Amino acid sequence: MAAIARKPGRKSFPAWRWVILLLAAVYFLIPLYGAFQFTGVSAFGQVITTDGFGSSLWLSVRLALVTTAITLVLMVPTTIYVHLRLPKVRRVMESVTILPIVIPPIVLIIGLLQIAPPALAGTPYMLALEYVVLAMPFAYRSIDAGLRSMDLKTLTEASNSLGAGWLATLRRVVLPNLTTALLSATVLTVALVLGEYAMASLDLTTTFPVWIVTNDQTSAPVSVAASLLSLFVTWLVLMVIVVIGTRQSRRKGGGEVALFSVLPTSQTMSET
Amino acid sequence: MTSKTSVSLRNLTRAFGATRALDGMSLDIEPGEFVALLGPSGCGKTTALRVVAGFETADSGEVLVGGDDVSPVPAAKRDMGMVFQSYSLFPNMNVADNVGFGLRMRKKSAAERRAKAAELLEMVGLADRARQYPHQLSGGQQQRVALARALAIQPRVLLLDEPLSALDAKVRQQLRDQIRELQQRLGITTLFVTHDQEEALSMADRVGVMRDGKLEQVAAPDELYASPATEFVAEFVGTMNRLPGDLADGAVTVLKGTTVPAAGDGVADGPVDALVRPESLAVEPSGDRNGTVAARTFLGAVTRVTVTLDGGTDVRVDLPSTSAGDLTTGAGVRVTLPGTRVLVAPRRS
Ligand SMILES: Nc1ncnc2c1ncn2[C@@H]1O[C@H](COP(=O)(O)OP(=O)(O)OP(=O)(O)O)[C@@H](O)[C@H]1O
Ligand SMILES: [Mg+2]
Repeated sequence: MAAIARKPGRKSFPAWRWVILLLAAVYFLIPLYGAFQFTGVSAFGQVITTDGFGSSLWLSVRLALVTTAITLVLMVPTTIYVHLRLPKVRRVMESVTILPIVIPPIVLIIGLLQIAPPALAGTPYMLALEYVVLAMPFAYRSIDAGLRSMDLKTLTEASNSLGAGWLATLRRVVLPNLTTALLSATVLTVALVLGEYAMASLDLTTTFPVWIVTNDQTSAPVSVAASLLSLFVTWLVLMVIVVIGTRQSRRKGGGEVALFSVLPTSQTMSET
Repeated sequence: MTSKTSVSLRNLTRAFGATRALDGMSLDIEPGEFVALLGPSGCGKTTALRVVAGFETADSGEVLVGGDDVSPVPAAKRDMGMVFQSYSLFPNMNVADNVGFGLRMRKKSAAERRAKAAELLEMVGLADRARQYPHQLSGGQQQRVALARALAIQPRVLLLDEPLSALDAKVRQQLRDQIRELQQRLGITTLFVTHDQEEALSMADRVGVMRDGKLEQVAAPDELYASPATEFVAEFVGTMNRLPGDLADGAVTVLKGTTVPAAGDGVADGPVDALVRPESLAVEPSGDRNGTVAARTFLGAVTRVTVTLDGGTDVRVDLPSTSAGDLTTGAGVRVTLPGTRVLVAPRRS
């Protein structure tokens, strides 16, 4: 063993990887640097005082919360039910939930307008319903991956046999083991809502991205500064969620919180 | 600590599409008895257990627990402790919380849960692991915690579905003894599913051999081994030789002239196979030979000698290793059947 093994913990990182990493960094960082050059430092100060900043940001945050709540409430029980009772429907779910990516958003909006409760028409929350549809592919995949990473059937049956009803099983067994996946779903949904422009502007709703674009015409540097800020804040929030989520899940033997999947539980076993 | 409960399965049927997983299965388990269900893969063992647990509903038939039909009772209210084949501990709870889960669902106080969990973990020898999480335990330890968790609710019945099959041989052996010992100490009525005959025979008070959704025979391990009721049981449990013979007037003639009484229903007179255990045959070097030694396997106290009879049939004979010395490969030998009654089955070509 020792003869072939290299120094433990030191993996070689070939030069071509550094090149790719560098190219990617350049591609992403140069526009940011350019934007920063364009705004200058003073524009950042003006962002907060500019008309409409607070209200549009608050609207986007509310939309993000409402969308996430609706998405999770709809998707979690549905996906669990399909996993437990209708395993054959999983294929169908997979193709249905991918539709919002394939179908042009405008078609979805028109469809949704047909069936949405009239009371919501004209309110910003109509937009939340549209975002639920947009977030579905990502939310479903996160939750599905989370459920796959545990032995859902055995865990629920064990819980049942110990006297737990369905609600108790969901609350005490299924959801606690799904936190990583729920975090992923939340992160993706929030990021999507905070960055979405096309639908909001079609809906004539001044969300934060819409405000940035509108504002661009009156004061370009302020608007660019605002997008840099929102980029930074969103990134920070995502990182915090991912790091905390991973730390919590590791403690209980779970996987890393990634944005599209939950790595399967690593069973480290040494027989007694 | 548990009041003993009887369990009766009455004529259960359950079909999945064209597959009849249970096909008129009946079984009575005495209070405090340990019954093992043994059978090949797909014979319906798990389905039977799941019907008793309430995870599966039978198409017809009923399950009586303590004399009462439990079909309207949901799984969560049946008070049955269940241990699964796959690891089933809740990954989000530590060992003590896993064991205390059933009591928590029964609204017991935290102190009571802790005390009970400690008592049961002590019983399965894992008292020092209470604060660890399932992923920090080995497979064998996880199954012991699962057993403690199932017992913590003081279940009326304990159900085990191949709880040892994922473990390696040595751990399996230890756990076998531990489960049996606990079961006897607590006197809990137990139904244990396995496809491992050694496991079934060594642990259970009675073993039910299943085939195609029905029980072929339910009997104590020694009886099952010594007098199997059917050809299937005879061949499934232990090693069995098929000696070509002729059946006439309730007696079978084998090995060119040895005639012994025959058991076995509905077998027509004429050419049959006599089913004989390796240890029921005798073999000795002899000029009056009827076969040749083809192989020998040393098994410790016993040596198994494979003899090719002159008709071409291979038979296995077990004899004390001390008297197997001159039965070398290629030697001409004489195989005899000193026994009394043998089971016969239609001749298999
Ligand atoms: N949910 C199900 N849907 C369809 N068929 C099933 C289902 N459960 C069991 N079966 C079928 O019923 C038959 C009996 O299954 P069961 O799991 O009871 O067998 P088993 O004796 O436990 O086998 P094993 O030793 O492999 O666990 C099998 O043919 C199986 O394929
Ligand atoms: Mg099975």
